[in-house]
This record gives sequence, C-alpha cells and structure tokens, in this order.
Amino acid sequence: MTARSNPPARRSVLLGLAAAGAAGAAGCTPGSSGGSGGGAQTTSSAPVSTDIASLGEITLTVWDQNTDEGIDAATQQLNERFSQQYPNVTIERVSRSFEDLKTTLRLALSGDDAPDVVQANQGYPDMGAFVEAGLLQPVGPWDASYGWQERFPADLLSLNSFSEDGRTWREGNLYGVSSTGEIVGVYYNKGLLQQLGLSAPTTLEELAASLPAIAAAGQLPIQYGDADKSPGIHLFGAVLAATAGGKAAADLVSSAGGAWTDPDVVRAASTLREWADAGYLPEGHNGIGEDEAVARFARGEGVHLFNGTWQLATLQQAMGDDVGFVALSGAGGTPETLGGVGLAWSITAGTANANAAAAYVDFVTDAAASQVLVDTGNLPAVAPEGYQAPQGTLAGDIAAGWQAVSEGGGLVPYLDYATPTFYDTLTGAVQQLTGGQSTPEQFAQALQADYESFQQDR
Amino acid sequence: MAVGNRALARERGGARSAPGRGPRPRRQWKAYLYLAPALAVLGVFLLYPLGQSVWISFFDWNGLSLATWVGLDNYVDIATDPRIRAAFGHALVLIVFFALLPVLLGLLLTAVMGRAARLRGLAFFRAVLFLPQVVASVVVATSWLAIYAPDGLLNQVLRAVGLEVAARSWLGDFGTALPAVGLVGSWVGTGLCLVLFLSGAAQVDRELYEAARLEGAGLLREFLAVTLPGIRGQIAVALTLTVVAALKTFDLVYVTTRGGPGDSTTVPAYLAYERAFQTNQVGSACAIGIVLALLILLVSLVIARVQPAEED
Repeated sequence: MTARSNPPARRSVLLGLAAAGAAGAAGCTPGSSGGSGGGAQTTSSAPVSTDIASLGEITLTVWDQNTDEGIDAATQQLNERFSQQYPNVTIERVSRSFEDLKTTLRLALSGDDAPDVVQANQGYPDMGAFVEAGLLQPVGPWDASYGWQERFPADLLSLNSFSEDGRTWREGNLYGVSSTGEIVGVYYNKGLLQQLGLSAPTTLEELAASLPAIAAAGQLPIQYGDADKSPGIHLFGAVLAATAGGKAAADLVSSAGGAWTDPDVVRAASTLREWADAGYLPEGHNGIGEDEAVARFARGEGVHLFNGTWQLATLQQAMGDDVGFVALSGAGGTPETLGGVGLAWSITAGTANANAAAAYVDFVTDAAASQVLVDTGNLPAVAPEGYQAPQGTLAGDIAAGWQAVSEGGGLVPYLDYATPTFYDTLTGAVQQLTGGQSTPEQFAQALQADYESFQQDR
Repeated sequence: MAVGNRALARERGGARSAPGRGPRPRRQWKAYLYLAPALAVLGVFLLYPLGQSVWISFFDWNGLSLATWVGLDNYVDIATDPRIRAAFGHALVLIVFFALLPVLLGLLLTAVMGRAARLRGLAFFRAVLFLPQVVASVVVATSWLAIYAPDGLLNQVLRAVGLEVAARSWLGDFGTALPAVGLVGSWVGTGLCLVLFLSGAAQVDRELYEAARLEGAGLLREFLAVTLPGIRGQIAVALTLTVVAALKTFDLVYVTTRGGPGDSTTVPAYLAYERAFQTNQVGSACAIGIVLALLILLVSLVIARVQPAEED
C-alpha cells in the first residue's frame, strides 16, 4: 500500500472512471433479464402429480434457515425419512442462519441455477418482493392433493399469501407452507414472583400495575437488552398488540388499514417510554446484547423478560421449572401478541421438479413432521393429533400460549414486515424512544413517515 | 464492501497505466502490450463492476424486479436525507479517532522513543504495539464489545476506583457510542503509525541529530527541526491509510452497534450494506458506495500533497 498517486496518475484515474461508466452504460436495465424468474413464470409446466417415485433420479436443492440445534435435528430427521421414502430423490441441503439466508437468498433466487425449495420470510420485504419478481410459484395447485387448507388455520395460511403482483399481503395465492409457530410473550421468574407475593401476569394491565412494587422491592421488573436491535421490535410489538388489539395491530402491519400515528400506537410507545424512564428496564439496555439479557434473566436478574418462544430450550435448561411463559391479553381478554409461523417452505419458479418440491414441502409440514418437531423440542404450527403438552412446564405454557393465540385470531405479524425499510426504521426508533431521545409522538411519526412512503410506491 | 480498497487499487492501476508519455509515441504500443494482462484483470474485476455500480445507482431497484430509471434521485437523496447525511458526518468524526489521534500519538511516542533508540527489546515493544493491526477486525470488535459492556472491564475499573458515576453502557449511550467506536479505531491505528514513524526516523541522518544537539536543541526542538521533516513521507502514508480506514469503516460498526443506538453510529459503508442486502434499496446502496469511493479518492489526493515530491 505504498504506491502513492502522483499528479500524472490523476488524469488516468478520471479516464478509468469514464471507461468504467461506458462499460456500465452498455448494460441494460437492472432486473430485466431475471434468469429463471422472468416474471410471468408462475405456473408449473408439468401437470400436478404426487407420483414422485416415477420421476427417476433427481436432485432437490433445499435452502433452509434451520441452524439452531433443535430445529436442525428435526430437519435432518425429516430429510432422512424423505430419502427413505423416495430413494430416487437426492436432497441437497443448504442451511444458513436467518441473516445469512436473508442476504444470499435474493441472489440465489434470481440466478440461473435457483434452488428448488427455499424457506422464504413472510411480509413485504422478502416474500412480497419475491412474488413481485415472479421467483416463487403458488402452491395452490397441489393443495387438492395435500390438503393444506384443511390442516392449517386460515389465519396462519394468510401469512404466506400474496396477491399475484406481490403488492397485497394476506390474500390471494398461497406461496408456501410453514411447519413451526412462534410467539413473543413474557417469561417470568416464578421464584422471584413468589418472594414478592405476586402472581404471574395474564394481561398487560396486570403486568404494568405490578412493576412499581417490584422496583420498590429492589428487583429489576423487566430484563431487556437491545444492542442487537431486534429485541426492540419484540418488546414494542407485544405491548402494541395488547394495547391496540391484535386485529388493529395486524392491519397496520399488512397495510390493511390504520395509521402508525393512531392513539393506540402512541399509547403503547408512551408505556415503553414510561417503563424506561422509571427504571423498569435495565439501565444502559441499548448496550446489552439479547443473549446477555437472556443469560441475566436466567441468573435471576429481572422478574420478567419479553422474548420469543425460540428461547424455550435455553431457558428450560437454565431455569428448569422456575420459569413460566404467558402471552399477554389486552382489553379484549384474549391473548394477543406478536408472532407468526416459521419461514414458509416455498417452491421456486425456476425449479425443474415442481412436483417433487411440492411433495417435499408437504413432507416437512404434515402431521408426522409435527410429531418430529415436538420430539426435537420445537413448536409445530399445528400440534400433532391428541398431543397434550405437560402442564406446569415451560413447554406446556408455550404450547398453550401458541394454541390460544393462533386459534383465537390474536396473532400480530412481526412489525418489520410492514415495509421493506421498516426493520431499520423501527429498531432505530425504539432505541431512541427508550433511550430518552424521542417522544412517543415523534416515535409514531417516524414510523408513519416510512409507512407513507411505502404506500406511495406500492 | 471494500470501497476504499477499490479506490486505492484504482489509483495504483492508474499509476501503472500512465507510462510512456514523452516525445516518442511509437513506444506506446509495446508498452500497452505489456500492460494488457494487468489491464484485462483490472477491467474484469474492477472497472466493469465499478461501471455496473455506477449504472445501477441511477435506478430505483429492489434487487429482483425490473428497475425504474430515477436519474440522479439517489444522489439527491444522499444530499437531502438526514439519515444518510448523518452517516457521512459520523464517518468524518471517525477520521479524528482513526487518523488524527493515532498520528498524534504516534508522533509523541516517536519523539520519546527516538531518544531510546538503543533500548533493549525495542523490537518487542514495536511488535506488541503493531499487534492490533494483525488481529482480525471482528476479533478486535468482539473484544472491545466485552470491554465496553455494562458489566465490562471498563466499568469494573471505573467502579473499582470510585468513579461509579462515570460508568455507563458505553455502546448503548447516545452520547458515547460514536466516540467509543472511534477509540477502538485509535487503538488499532496507533501501532501502525508508530511503526511507520519509527522506521522513518531511523532513516534520518544521525549527523543531523548530533548537529542539533551541539547547537543545544532540546527534545522538542530536535523533534520539530529534525525528525518531523524527516518523516513527512511516512506521515502522509499513515494519514492516507488511516483516513481511508475511517471512511470505509464497516466491520467495527457491524459487530459492535449495528449503527445504534438509534442512528448514532451509522456510517456510509454500513448504510450501503443495509440498503443492498436488507432493505431492498440496491440503487441507493450503489449511489452511497460511489459517493464514498469518490470521497476517499478526493481525501487521498489531498493528503498526497503532504508528501514531499519524489525525485525521479
């Protein structure tokens, strides 16, 4: 790195830039030659069939995000069983962490050699963009054979549905099937609650009312760490769902109605700001990582923890029976909270083996798969027939919470699905709100500005 | 996105492609023949992608669907969007921490260590001070994450000496996050500057020092009159490297704060990454990358003026 630019070099730098510009100008409009995803290619060319054995030797490339221990074990088992049932199909599994998948799937889908089955994230930023670009195909044609509409509640299926142009979420074609469920709720430390003479909260109101007493007793009311930015979505989303009601909050996320400046949104933001100001959240929470917050809660620092059902294994192991989970109810009296189904198993538009891909999608989401998921410590979207989670355990609490929310219509999709840029806008805004840098009104306006600019583009 | 590297490399390439100027143009043909392999590699791996980036920056593109031509809108956004402007502002603040501070510290240490030229184990100290440069930046960032944590080393030390009030969540506090990130850069850069300056000072003619001492110059005087002019070249190199490092900072921010809290530590390279891979704004990401590359190029050219002219 010792070569320095001396004056004569400058002209050639400019020349180089000009040449580079010319090279670019020779290209065409980005996205105009989308390889396999030419746009209109949304129907399978081969007739729908469930006869996989007669397809001959084929390879199915599957991209998933199941890198965590429990779900990885489930996926391995299911893949093995699939290969046993259809020896002529070789599964080539590509497994990446959620974030790696998000950053690479886009390129993989638009390339010439697209995978056959991918796990697509819901909402406008991912699935919406994929559908708009014609990179996924509707799984509807196979529904008659596999019966997904019957097996899954309509509310859950709508999370994987988009209009054909990708502009309207939760209606239109089904673009994938999900095998797992997840909700954000409140983990509570049973021992600490008992010491304080409190019972576990069931509503947001009860929780809020108990916080001053907990703080007065010298305990941390809510453990929270937002250095990773996504926990802000979970905390605010759970409070919003219980404040505004599941329906209103869900409509906001799916662009079905409402505004982010609505009084309930401001009210939820005020709640959060009050908690932060009163010291109910740990000091310096914007500098505490999510894992650190969970570890602190497991050590008995903090009475409550807002987090997702994906912490089940970690907390169960660390705290045993001393921890419980509840999905808070709002004014309506039924549990309403943030959550959704796992990433959708979807069939790409570019696959040459759509029938085998559909068979795989069904195989990893059917009743037998649910049993595998339960056995490996996961939360299936629909519990296996006759399954009863053990009462009084964390797994039991979580299974009951999921059932109540998913069947009672109280499910609010993750708020960052609202617009392609919402993750960024919302996470920054929550940090500013709890950090005392913005008022609830300013917070709401920041979200609304992002939302409005998306509505204009849509 | 190694925007900075690209800019530097481009300069180097440029320097290579400008020989053979002179009164005898016929020679040029042969020269180009020799240059062809380098040019081909440069063209395929640098100029073509660069040209593509420039081209994409004129579009509103989500990376998947057909893009819409928006002309200079993405560039207008950079000038008008307070979030993007703030990110460039943060990068400028980081220059203070990544470049100015290490250079000043390096000079100070050079002045002091110059007197201890025969110190035993000098090579060892040099190696230790240079170590941060060798360690992978993600490792550096992760270590500092632990130091800055609310229960981390820094706060433990503060509490131990009774400065409880000063203890805070350094990376989560709106006032301290950016300086905290910057100081990591200072830590990394100081060793580099010191090693560069020491090697420069070692090349200064010993007689100059003797003469200065005979004239009765003190430590400061000797440093200003002899050492400083002698290592101007090294200072220019150190400034270029550290300023470029400041402007293209990505890994430090990505690992420690993700641009937070709020937007208080966003930098252009992080925004470009986020827009290209997370928020479906590929055109805007390219525009930010191009502006960043141009900025780095400009700053490098300005700094190059510090360097004494090399005699050919």
